[in-house]
Parts: sequence; structure tokens; C-alpha cells
Amino acid sequence: MKLIIAIIQPEELPYIKEELLKKEIYKFTVTNAKGQGKEFPVQEVYRGISHEITLLKKVRLEIAVNDEFVEPTVEAITKVAKKDGDKGRGKIFILPIEECIRLRTGETGSTAIG
Amino acid sequence: MKNKNIFLVVFFLGGSSLLANGEPTVADAIFAINNTWMLVATFLVFIMHLGFATLESGLTQAKNTVNILFKNMSIIAIGILTYAVCGFSLMYPGEFNGFLGFAGLGVSTGAEGLTPAYNPGYTYWTDFIFQAMFAATAATIVSGAVAERIKLSSFLVFSTIYVALVYPIVGSWTWGGGWLADKNFHDFAGSTLVHSVGGWAALVGAYTLGPRLGKYSRNGKIKPILGHNMPLATIGVFLLWFGWYGFNGGSVLSADPGAVSFVFVTTTLAAAAGVIGAMGTSWIISKKPDLSMILNGSLAGLVGITAGADCISPMYSVVVGLIAGAIVVVAVIQLDKMKIDDPVGAISVHLACGIWGTLAVGIFSTDYQLGTQAIGVGAYALFCFVGANIIFQVIKLVLGLRVSEEEEILGLDIGEHDMESYAGFQIFTVE
Repeated sequence: MKLIIAIIQPEELPYIKEELLKKEIYKFTVTNAKGQGKEFPVQEVYRGISHEITLLKKVRLEIAVNDEFVEPTVEAITKVAKKDGDKGRGKIFILPIEECIRLRTGETGSTAIG
Repeated sequence: MKNKNIFLVVFFLGGSSLLANGEPTVADAIFAINNTWMLVATFLVFIMHLGFATLESGLTQAKNTVNILFKNMSIIAIGILTYAVCGFSLMYPGEFNGFLGFAGLGVSTGAEGLTPAYNPGYTYWTDFIFQAMFAATAATIVSGAVAERIKLSSFLVFSTIYVALVYPIVGSWTWGGGWLADKNFHDFAGSTLVHSVGGWAALVGAYTLGPRLGKYSRNGKIKPILGHNMPLATIGVFLLWFGWYGFNGGSVLSADPGAVSFVFVTTTLAAAAGVIGAMGTSWIISKKPDLSMILNGSLAGLVGITAGADCISPMYSVVVGLIAGAIVVVAVIQLDKMKIDDPVGAISVHLACGIWGTLAVGIFSTDYQLGTQAIGVGAYALFCFVGANIIFQVIKLVLGLRVSEEEEILGLDIGEHDMESYAGFQIFTVE
């Protein structure tokens, strides 16, 4: 059982979701995040003053999967290509899960991940 | 004491140019009262722009709020200024052929313009500024229907052309003493001249632009894109209702106690009935009472009575409002089925109920004919529909109409403005 954490550019989320659905991955959690990565600071203008934003909006996707789904999930996420040289597309982290419990039924382990 | 004396002197000197003869007359007093009410009505109509701004903000996504507010702020400016440059003269050309006339660029008047000789109800300046507020209102109806995906520059160009030319030209046909006025077509405060004129442009804009991304899927499913702030939407509707007392009350064009008080009552009854009509209809159809539907319902009732608030009885005003409330709910659902994406229900409120309100005058008032009302509806439909189409198509060719897909997903606040409406807050901008 693995927990896949992906930090992605917000505008890619709808397309990543579509790809995940194609691979039959239906269960995940989405949260807002702010982060810095490869991007150069972004210039914004507010009331006549130009300023730099370094912490940019991201989306964090957390998907708990059984081992056989790790590769399809990573594939689905990386397939959504943004070939924009200046802008990073984020990172995927894969963590091991010690235990998973479905609250409704009390099931544990791989069946709970579903 | 000294201040009070100065005040009295200024009051009498400024009060009337008839004063050269001495004491102010009763006619002067009535003129002053009329004019005062008309100016109050003017700023009541003005506050409707705040109503539109908050209502549209509330019913759309947070990531587009700056863009919505920007459009609303621009429209009042463009509407007023174009009306001063050419709109007023196009709409009230004086003697003309009934279809198209022009009284000259700009606004100006001689001394007579400040007296009852111009009009017993208001001065020239009051006339101009009151009517200018109406023009801006017609223009802002479009912004809701095209929200969340139209390019800002394209929208501003469209609105300028539409409010500078289309609105006043078709307005001259009725309020300017044109061919429809000659036929005894009646639109008391603008169900057709303001709301349908705006509504046709809204319809054309919405379908020319196409729906928002993800709204309609290929297998026929409709995905609701939720408004982000129901309190703002509600504030907007109450402000619009509040402003409508000036919109309809001021259309009496004087402070005539009987007429204005009657209009206040018919307007209010129709608004209330619109809420109930929408409540019943949406509750039955959707099984759950929907706030946004009853918000639209009150506006539907208001638009519905706007053509006939002066000539439809209070009892029939309730009927007009109830039916308008039902119409708006059905129209919202129907437009979605036709895949015309209207984020705030502008087409359903202003066009559908504007048409209903205009026809209702022929149905419920003995002074006017349903046939004539229908002719008016048809004439405005033709001109506005064709006109809006031409303008939108040309803009689409030259400037492009729609923002890019990436910008639409990220939000127009970032894409068009490089700003956030809720800086420091976490909002979900994507799904």
C-alpha cells in the first residue's frame, strides 16, 4: 500500500482527474497548497506597484493505492503534459502506508484501500 | 443665524429662474418637488449597479470575481459617458422620422431647460441623468450572461457599441416618440426597452461564446457550477429591488402622489409574487427549495411588472409576478437543456420576463392591445438580436471573444487582471 502525494499546477487538475478515471483510480483527496519550486518569481501589479510573488498556488493530490496501482497512477499524472520550459510541473512523492482502515466497515489493509 | 440667512438666499436664488418676478409660485414648488423626486429616483437606479455587481459576484466563482466587478464598474462609466456623448440625443431626437434621429452631439441646454417650460416634472439635466442611469442598466445585464469566459476587451468593445447605438436607437421608437409610440405600444419603465434589449444581447453573447468548460458533457449531463457567495447574491437582489422603486417610481416622470404611490404598490406586489411563484415552481421541480431561484424570482416579478406598473391593477400585478416567477425557473432549466450557459440567469430574468411583462400589459390593461405589444416585442427582438449578432461576430473575428482554456481554468482574475479577489484566502479555483 502506497500513498502518492503529487504537488501539481492547479490548471492541470481537471485533466489529471480525467486520466486517473481512465485508469480506474477514483479515490483521492485534493487540497490547496502554496509552494516554491523551479519557477522564477512571478511579477504581479497591485495599485501601480510591481511586486514579486514567490509562493505560488499549487494543488496537492493525495492518492492511497495498492501496489499494483502505483505505476498507472504515476503514468496518469505525468501524462498530462505541459511543455512549458519556464514553469515546473511539480513533484510526485511515494510513501509507504503502514495501515489503512475503512471507517464504515472496519476493513483494513488492501481491501480498505479499494 | 448668519448661516441660516445665507442658506435662505441661496435657496431662493437657486430655486427658480422664474424668481425674477418675486415670490415663488405654487407651480414652482410643484416643479421643485417633481424634480427632487426624479433625482432621488436617479440615484436609486444608480444603486442597482451595486446590486448587479454583488449579485453577479455571488452567483459566479470566486476566481472570477475581480473580473465581474471590473466589468460592472466599467459599464456604469461607459453607459453614462456614451449617453452624454450621443445616447441621449439618439434616444430623444425631438422631431424625427420615427425610426432614427439625432439631436446633436453632447448635452447642453438653454435657460429654459431649467424650468417647467422644458417639462413640468424635471429639468433638462434631471432628464438626462435619469435616462443615463437606465442606459447603463441595460448594458450591465449582458455581463452576467457572458461571465467567466469572455475576454474583457471584447466585452468592453461590445458594451460600448451596444449602449451607445443600439439601446438609444430602439429606445427612440417608444420613449423618444417614434413609430411604436405612435402605435400606442406601452412600456412604462422598460421591460422591453431596457430588460429585453439587454436580454437579447445576453442571449446572443451566451450562445456565441459557448458554455463554460465542463458545464455540459457530451452525454447530456449538466454540471452545476456553483456560485461562491450566497450572502452577496442576496444583498444584490435586495439592492436591485430597492433601486427598482426609483426605476419604476421615477418612470412616472413626476412626483404625482397618486401615480407614484400606485406604481410603488404594483412593483412591490409583483416582486413578492415573483418570489412565491419561483419558490413554488422550483420546489416542485427540484424537490428542494433553491435560494438562487427565489432570488431570480423576485427580479423576475420586478421585470415582469416594469412594462405595466402604471396600468396593471394591484391584483393583476400579483398574477404577473407569480407567472414571471414560474417563467424564470422554467427558463433557467430550459436554457441549460439547450446548452446555453447563463451563469446568473440574466437571460431568464431579463429577456423571458421582459417579454412576458410587455405582453402582460396587453393582457391585463384595457388601455393597450396585446397585438400592439406583440408587435413591439417582435420589432425589438429583430433589431437587437440581429444587431447583437453582428457586433459579436465582428468582435469575434477581430479581437476574439473567449479567453484561453488555461485562463478559464485558472480564473479570469489571474488571467485578465493579475489580481486576486480574496488575497490571503484559500479558494478552490479548480476541480
